[in-house]
Amino acid sequence: MLRTFFQYNIKKMREINKKYSTPRIEMSGAVKFSLLILRLYLIFLVALLIFKFISLLQ
Amino acid sequence: MKFFPKLFYKYRKIWKIIKLYFIISGPGIVVMIADNDAGGITTYAATGAKYGYNLIWFLLILVPVAYYVQEMTVRLGAVTKRGHAEAIFDAFGSFWGWFSLFDLILVNWLTLVTEFIGMTAALNIFGVSPVLTIIGVCILMGIMVFKGRYWTWEKITLLFCLINLIYIPGAFMVHPSVSTILHNGLKPNFPGGFNGQLFFFLMANIGTTIAPWMLFFQQSAVVDKGMKEKDIPWGQFDTLMGSILTVLVAIFIVIVTGTVLNGTDIESAAQASQTLMATNKYLGTFLAIGLFDAGLLGAICISLASSWAFGEVFGWAHSLNNKIKEASWFYANYFISLVSAALVVLIPGAPLVLITLFVQVIAVTLLPAALVFLILLLNDAKIMGEYKNSIFQNIIGTTTVVGIIILSTLYGVSVVFPNLFK
Repeated sequence: MLRTFFQYNIKKMREINKKYSTPRIEMSGAVKFSLLILRLYLIFLVALLIFKFISLLQ
Repeated sequence: MKFFPKLFYKYRKIWKIIKLYFIISGPGIVVMIADNDAGGITTYAATGAKYGYNLIWFLLILVPVAYYVQEMTVRLGAVTKRGHAEAIFDAFGSFWGWFSLFDLILVNWLTLVTEFIGMTAALNIFGVSPVLTIIGVCILMGIMVFKGRYWTWEKITLLFCLINLIYIPGAFMVHPSVSTILHNGLKPNFPGGFNGQLFFFLMANIGTTIAPWMLFFQQSAVVDKGMKEKDIPWGQFDTLMGSILTVLVAIFIVIVTGTVLNGTDIESAAQASQTLMATNKYLGTFLAIGLFDAGLLGAICISLASSWAFGEVFGWAHSLNNKIKEASWFYANYFISLVSAALVVLIPGAPLVLITLFVQVIAVTLLPAALVFLILLLNDAKIMGEYKNSIFQNIIGTTTVVGIIILSTLYGVSVVFPNLFK
């Protein structure tokens, strides 16, 4: 039953990836810039958390 | 003798408008009042206890902040007929879609745990065991959706929203000095100077005003309610009423703790209730009932926000108008997240404080993304048509969003590095 559940959902996730493979929003300069800033922001946060984790281990 | 019938006919039009508002109202009021959840109540209680009435002016600023952000979800939901999760998938592709969905599920689940912590702590004051509280809450939340009607669920939730206003009579019970409130509270000031601790409190108040689940919840609720483009003005009015009410409740909590517990440090709203019990039994009871209700409202909305998001993306039937048999995955998600979060509170020695802190950290990874997506979606003419943001809305919306992102990020960072602002 668990196997069927995972098989079904993995298949469903693939379908979702295919369905939304092309972003519908118009990729203007402002949109591209905002998404870039968002990526950098998230990388910064992850780096901060890793730093905290390492400093806790030490 | 004909005075009353005449009066009735004269004001029939107004009455019709009021009736229409009660039909259309819901998502805005519910999301805003549920925003005063267990964590929110604790923040406001601690703010009042620490700084008295001095930060009331800051809370008033939060009315437009909350309104302008949430109003955008009304327009987006009414125009696209899609929840926020689905809208992100559709507009930005699967990478940002999965990121938002899994982040939302995680932060919602952790927040749900904090709601149960608040609810069990509140009823514990009356001698109700955590097990009994959790069983009762799960049964109650099951009953609310059992009917398979959005309308029933919404009206019961609105009733709980009404209980959230208990802090207003509570504030009158402590007989605060109105002149002192007006003098200290309405004049922008930084008590004790602008230091790290004050900054932390300001950030915490902003952080509790806009939470990621609120964007997802209101947009999905607007869609589930079946609101159309013509209903947008009503939805906006509903959101405005909600944002006024949520800040009003926050102010009255500040007045209660600012009057009775001024100058003390409190850790939680439950602790504030217990302290107040010693001085005024009824007031402590009011605060505890309010805390339980706040946790319950939070739990109701957060568990639904997750289920709606999953349902939208996976294409399951995901409406409260569906019976349990018709939307089994949707309701399974609702109950699994609810019960699993509840069970965590019952685990002996569970790191509940750590979970509470972790919520803030995870929230800062999702909130900026969700807000940026919201602004970008509202600016896409292809998606929004004539309902896209005007220049004025963009100036207000972008300023608000940038402000929230900076303050909530600093709040999240200060949770990870507690000595940063000391």
